Amino acid sequence: MEKKVAEKISTNSGQIARIGVYICHCGLNIGRTVNCKYVADKTSGIDGVVVSKDIGYACSEPGQQEMIADILEHGLDRIVVASCSPRLHEATFRQMIQSAGLNPYLLEMANLREQCSWVHMNEPEAATQKAVSLVKMAISRVRLLCPLAVRTIPLTKRTLVIGGGIAGIQASLDLADNGYEVILVEKKPSIGGTMAQLDKTFPTMDCSI
Amino acid sequence: MTDAGRHPGITLHTMSEVVDIQGYVGNFDVKILKRARYVDEKECTACGDCAEACPVVRPDEFNVGLSSRKAIYTPFPQAVPSAYVININECLGHNPSVCAKCLNACEKGCINFHMSDEEIVEKVGSIVVATGLEPYDPTELDEYGYTRFENVLTSLEFERLINAGGPSKGELVRPSDRNLPESIGFIQCVGSRSARKGSGYCSNVCCMNTIKSSLVLKEHYPDINIKVFYIDIRAFGKGFEELHMRSRRLGVNYLRGLPGTVEELADKSLRVAVENTSSGELEYHKLDMLVLAIGIKPAQSTQKIREMLGLQLSSDGFFLEAHPKLLPVDAATRGVFYAGCAEGPKDIKESVTQATAAAGRAIRLMHKGEISTEPITSEVIADKCNSCGKCAEVCPYNAITVDVKKKTPAVVNAAACTGCGTCAAECPFGAIIMNHFTDEQIINQIDALMEDRPQEKVPVFACNWCSYAGADFAGVSRLQYPSNMHIIRVMCSGRVNNKFIWHAFLKGAPVILVSGCHIGDCHYIDANHWTEKRVKKVWRRMEKLGIRPERLQLEWISAAEGVRFAEIMRKMENLRCRVSSREIADTIKILKSRKKKP
Repeated sequence: MEKKVAEKISTNSGQIARIGVYICHCGLNIGRTVNCKYVADKTSGIDGVVVSKDIGYACSEPGQQEMIADILEHGLDRIVVASCSPRLHEATFRQMIQSAGLNPYLLEMANLREQCSWVHMNEPEAATQKAVSLVKMAISRVRLLCPLAVRTIPLTKRTLVIGGGIAGIQASLDLADNGYEVILVEKKPSIGGTMAQLDKTFPTMDCSI
Repeated sequence: MTDAGRHPGITLHTMSEVVDIQGYVGNFDVKILKRARYVDEKECTACGDCAEACPVVRPDEFNVGLSSRKAIYTPFPQAVPSAYVININECLGHNPSVCAKCLNACEKGCINFHMSDEEIVEKVGSIVVATGLEPYDPTELDEYGYTRFENVLTSLEFERLINAGGPSKGELVRPSDRNLPESIGFIQCVGSRSARKGSGYCSNVCCMNTIKSSLVLKEHYPDINIKVFYIDIRAFGKGFEELHMRSRRLGVNYLRGLPGTVEELADKSLRVAVENTSSGELEYHKLDMLVLAIGIKPAQSTQKIREMLGLQLSSDGFFLEAHPKLLPVDAATRGVFYAGCAEGPKDIKESVTQATAAAGRAIRLMHKGEISTEPITSEVIADKCNSCGKCAEVCPYNAITVDVKKKTPAVVNAAACTGCGTCAAECPFGAIIMNHFTDEQIINQIDALMEDRPQEKVPVFACNWCSYAGADFAGVSRLQYPSNMHIIRVMCSGRVNNKFIWHAFLKGAPVILVSGCHIGDCHYIDANHWTEKRVKKVWRRMEKLGIRPERLQLEWISAAEGVRFAEIMRKMENLRCRVSSREIADTIKILKSRKKKP
């Protein structure tokens, strides 16, 4: 029931955004350098921000459950997670907000770890100020994000394996044994690669071919 | 090997190279050049009659030149496919007056000189890159005398010498006199872990390979005197340390220290000078034979494959994985996976493990028969479109069609669009929406950044695949740089519309950086060419307006260049320090007055 309510809000354009902001400590990775509580307080008054809090590990199960509970309780329709690089956990948090009924593209991450706490380790003050800026930027962006629908496209169930050494042979066999057609391309007149040239191989001390 | 050759699900193309790959995840179109073998692969029984008849003798590559083969040959007895091959450059030809001896020798008539190279086109959904390695060539390490002294061999040559299928049928002989050597030395880390020549990284397999060789030698010749010169023995894998200890128990002498020089004596033995770093003494060792434990280098084909698939390399020249811990066999390009030494030096077990992982990842991608793609694509607002055709011109994927003559609005083919955003940056009428990276979203970010003390802050536009990843890499490496650098992520530097730059200057930005993949490495084929063009345009305009062009910087930073990223951040801070608040105020004034003009 609650889930449905959240879904409605997120897809209704023209509504005033209800943003949730989460500043992740990442244990000590961020928390040791950036004052996460301060960042959360600093960003709590911003227009549209309904919830702003610091959180131990955003990616952990309790962390995700806390955010999901907030989304449902406060009717949040956009989420900012300020934690590690989106290259690491964007997919995790997209799934999380989707499970709470939001469109997965209504998420924005602020990179407080790889691009803040880890590169300004000796300047906690400055790093905290930068974190505030980064989170503010994320909030300003998340406000304008639009729900997007994932498209599906057809796929050819075949694999090209480039190179017929031990790795290429093994990958080909595994794929083919699972019923996938494999095109194995080898530059030389025979497969085998460097491995075929070896005599005994460690650790088993048996022959390579 | 034979399993792979026989498997009904595997189509094997030997003597073949991938020459072109188009398309995207799930739907790659691959062009393969299959060179002519001149022997019918299916008919040939590898009886060898042809090779007996062939008069042309050449060094055998499989035995690294330690034996010879004919111009028609099988690479090695267990080769798959089990068929002979003619090296057409060495062959005298099929003119009966010249040679054609093999044609007569082959009873089954498998030899066909009219075969020609074929171009094969295949459609695949995923790609496993398993391009392997290139052994290090130690010739450049003059002090070890490889190629100058007959009895200095590489570990690969040694491997062939003790192989029962090798040129000496597994009998260990000294190349100079064919006698069994009484003493043999191994030098470790040849071409590895060196800041001077070769590579800086550890090649991972050479320690264990030498330990294995010492065990094989001791098994065949219990009295042979073996000395191993090493920096430290890296026996990290399961069961490895046990082998190391077994080797020591069998009396193999491990000496800590790499030799400084090797001299050849009159009887072709070798005199090795080494500082034993355990005792601090300078020692000389006379050895009958010396084996260089050569390292592993990236395969020669790495560059070509990288360009074809838009992949990235780490600083050591091997392929870069999407994430070093969590996505160790995935490439950043979706649908492409790595296996074996293509990604970094590995032993057989690790290569097999990674290959199985790569196969698993490919299956995970393919099993549904369809894939979901990110909806980060562009859209045209038909009312605003002027049909000028600029967007179609800059799109690297030809995903936009527009009829300039008929003045019909542009249309984006969403299946072909990969979301670089170059079209949106180029459109003079603001008629293109780049979903998830719209003009408004990015402008809003700039505004939020410039809201407070703008003169102290530096906006850094970074592309998702290279420079943003490079910044992450700087973080993972804990490289420290000034804290006023603020990254605005875009999928491609080609997304950076000039109006973003002007807007940031108008809002008081002291300096601005636009960064992307190196030219030629762009994840979107060549979209960053347009970045360069656009930035140059802004530079010219800045000059005309009396704004120092230096305040806008353009840098190419790869995903592996964390050090470079941090350096550029420091450079940006230096530039920023030279911009006074007066200069910023003047710039704002200039830009405001420009805006007022019609």
